[in-house]
Amino acid sequence: MKGEMKELKLTVNGKPYELKVKPETLLVDLLRQELKLTGAKVGCLDSACGACTVNIDGKAVRSCSVLALQANGREVITIEGVADGDKLHPIQQAMIDHGAIECGFCTPGMVMSARALLAENPDPTREEVKESIQGNLCADAGYVKYIEAIEIAAKEMRGGQ
Amino acid sequence: MDETFGNYRILGKAIPRVDAKAKVTGQAKYAADIEVANLLWGFVKRSPYAHARILNIDTSKAEKLPGVKAVTTGKDFGGFKWGWSGPTRDEEPLAVEKVRYQYEGVAAVAAVDEDTAQEACDLIEVDYEPLPGVFTPFEAMEEGAPLVHEDRPGNMCVEYHWDFGDVEKAFAESYLVREDTFQTPRQAKGYLEPPAVVAYWPDPDHLVYIGAKGSPYFPYRILAKCFNLPLSNVRIITPIIGSDFGGTKNDMTPADYSAVMLAKKTGRPVKFVTSQFDALTTDLRRHPMWITIKTGVTKDGMLKATYVKAVADGGAYTRMSPLTMFLTGTCMTLPYKLPNFKYDALNYFTNNPSSAAMRGHGLYHSRFAADVQLDMIAEELGIDSVEIRFKNSIENPKPGEVYETVNEVHVASCGMQECIEKVAEAVNWKARKGKKKAEGDKAYGMGFAAATYNGGTKLSAHNACAAIVRVCEDGSVNYLTGATDVGQGSDTIMSAIVAEVLGIALEDIDIKRVDSSFTPVDPGSYGSRVTVLAGQAAINAAEDAKKQLIEVAAQQFGVKPGDVEIKDRKVFVKSSPERNMAWERLVRVACYETPGKVIIGRGYSKQGISLLGLADFSKGVGDIGTNYSFTAQASEVEVDVETGVIKCTDNNVIAHDCGFPLNTQAVETQVQGGSYHQGISAAVYEEFKMDSGQTLNPNLIDYKRPRAYEAPMAQVIHVLTSDPYGPFGAKEASEGSTCSAPPSIVSAIHDATGVWIKDIPAQPEKVFWALKKKREKEQK
Repeated sequence: MKGEMKELKLTVNGKPYELKVKPETLLVDLLRQELKLTGAKVGCLDSACGACTVNIDGKAVRSCSVLALQANGREVITIEGVADGDKLHPIQQAMIDHGAIECGFCTPGMVMSARALLAENPDPTREEVKESIQGNLCADAGYVKYIEAIEIAAKEMRGGQ
Repeated sequence: MDETFGNYRILGKAIPRVDAKAKVTGQAKYAADIEVANLLWGFVKRSPYAHARILNIDTSKAEKLPGVKAVTTGKDFGGFKWGWSGPTRDEEPLAVEKVRYQYEGVAAVAAVDEDTAQEACDLIEVDYEPLPGVFTPFEAMEEGAPLVHEDRPGNMCVEYHWDFGDVEKAFAESYLVREDTFQTPRQAKGYLEPPAVVAYWPDPDHLVYIGAKGSPYFPYRILAKCFNLPLSNVRIITPIIGSDFGGTKNDMTPADYSAVMLAKKTGRPVKFVTSQFDALTTDLRRHPMWITIKTGVTKDGMLKATYVKAVADGGAYTRMSPLTMFLTGTCMTLPYKLPNFKYDALNYFTNNPSSAAMRGHGLYHSRFAADVQLDMIAEELGIDSVEIRFKNSIENPKPGEVYETVNEVHVASCGMQECIEKVAEAVNWKARKGKKKAEGDKAYGMGFAAATYNGGTKLSAHNACAAIVRVCEDGSVNYLTGATDVGQGSDTIMSAIVAEVLGIALEDIDIKRVDSSFTPVDPGSYGSRVTVLAGQAAINAAEDAKKQLIEVAAQQFGVKPGDVEIKDRKVFVKSSPERNMAWERLVRVACYETPGKVIIGRGYSKQGISLLGLADFSKGVGDIGTNYSFTAQASEVEVDVETGVIKCTDNNVIAHDCGFPLNTQAVETQVQGGSYHQGISAAVYEEFKMDSGQTLNPNLIDYKRPRAYEAPMAQVIHVLTSDPYGPFGAKEASEGSTCSAPPSIVSAIHDATGVWIKDIPAQPEKVFWALKKKREKEQK
């Protein structure tokens, strides 16, 4: 049986929300259908493809693998909240400049996984970069330029060092 | 760092993609992201049986469920059947009398939300009479086997028998003749974006369909016929597409038809978003094929004759199998000179989901078999892998000349030998010989392969691409094309071509995605045809617009049009460049000088199409491509000899002759991705496991796809040949490396371990047993 509505307080992309949601609502459905933030993509709903990855309190989380209520009291950043106004995040800029993006369906998830990595580890090894996007399937671009773009962004964020 | 080719302002360099910013910020709208007012959600009711007669469908309980707005079954479609061509129209939008594969659609529901639609589908009662099925082509070909289609005796779907030269005589004269059988896997297309659609009828005579389709003019034609509408009243709108790779996102699905039918019934928009489970169980897959190949060579390894027998599992419906079997045969005479060639293709209906086109379509199967076998021959003869490829390769024809194969395939540019040389040099092939290949439990080996692929594919009917360049009065430009960017980057290439020809900046071009109300009709995104053919249309449309503007400029300057040029957003007199005018001013003068012009350039693709004639599938002659790409690849693998696990190392080099790389970055990602996702993946990782028509691994956890950690950091080398039939000399860059990757990996495994894996993917268990068998044989 469908449960009664529960209260949920969270911030999404810096904006506070007080909502009522069904207990079974997945975070990805809350974001896409209620908040109209469709940047997180639904590829599988099995936590296998990573296209729905967001950051919760800075960590990369697949938003199809958590209930909306599990984000209660937390800070959620989606792909729509990564750029600073018109100024793109270095990870976004590097992915454009380096030609990493093809169909783009996995791109939001790639950015969110890389963002979580670089926040914690500003100077990752190639193996660490690969590991950070191991949960993000890409269908067409072959990963090479994504991996290189994350490394370029990391260097840029370290001030070129 | 980035390479630059040719003497162009925009082309021949790394061009940032025009859609990259929207994609990297989450603003790009894919079909599932689209919302319209008053939307209903749809769900498809599917058959649990792989083969069963439908005795009755009772939808009454579903219709009574609160929130349900309409239900449809196959009977609503009035006997409409569809398929790839006239004689192959064997499929109904929703099955009426019989289901032929598991989870085939039998009904669909539109309701206020997805949960209600799904619940209603559970309430639809279907009486089935289960039938015995056939699940491999070998079962299907047996005398007295159950028939998938009652009117198709022997379950024969497609059959070709071609014979060029004198194969038997050539075998008799050969120094060595080898026969081997290879097997390629049943593979998913691999797109992450499952198909999705929104359909509505603004009035009873007009249909709007917004769907994830790489070839939007397929639904344009099919839906017009199915719903008895003039094409003028069918509006197909294309959102951003999350990859395609051939098959389902070209073709129709039960959800596509149901969305349109349920929208008609309810008068409201209806949306279907397919789940990944439904995509993996019912979407079109790569044909599993069994390729028996017999090859004769001279003592020094020159090819004399090849006979190929290809047996394929076509699945439940014909779909594109006639094309698949043609492609599997036609390019056996490339990239090596082959004077005698015989081909028998046998494609059978089975009670598995239908097979269809996929990146590297057709050639991937037979070129894999032929290239691995060439290494086996080289080993027997004591000839080096690179040497045997180089000396058998077609040479690059001289300008103005065309190489013709024994089956009348024509090649005007061929960088095969240069690709082979460059890869051999990059991996230091010669120095590898005799080097230590093992460290503890790990054995290392390198394999070499060469391949080809057709670009600008031309089928039997409508082949032309068309384009419209609309110059706005402020100097900005709308580009209208029927071509669809599914991720390969064609929107960027088309915009860049238009800007290059007009002499303006890439930022001046705004490309429109397909909206069949406004964009010109186009065959679609398949067969690596977009850059080659839509690119020609782009050049011609831009030239047409430019001609009109240059006439205005010539009048202003008081010179002949031939004396005027546009470059870097400036129009000037060639002999005295100080007499010039800014692009914006030129356009304003043209548009506002009484009576005022409206600058619209039109163009369509002409080259290649009628030049050498179209391919004849039954005879096996003629060109399927406008031109042909060539690829060489060397791959190193690490084999864990204890567990059989294969890992590709970063020592992976691919040289690709795409004629001219219009966007160097896009060529690189296409070559790396084509090699990796559909090539290496088929060689090492991916395969649907089946049991009596049931897919046993229908999710992205059990269906193993390689991820970043497994990715070789492949290096791409550009080889330029400037093809006379491609835009700015360009050929295809999406599919060649899909064909070179599997044979290079299988040869690398052999180099490391001495075993030949003839049935891919080389998953650990298979490699483990092959190594064990070899060890036992050596101990005897």
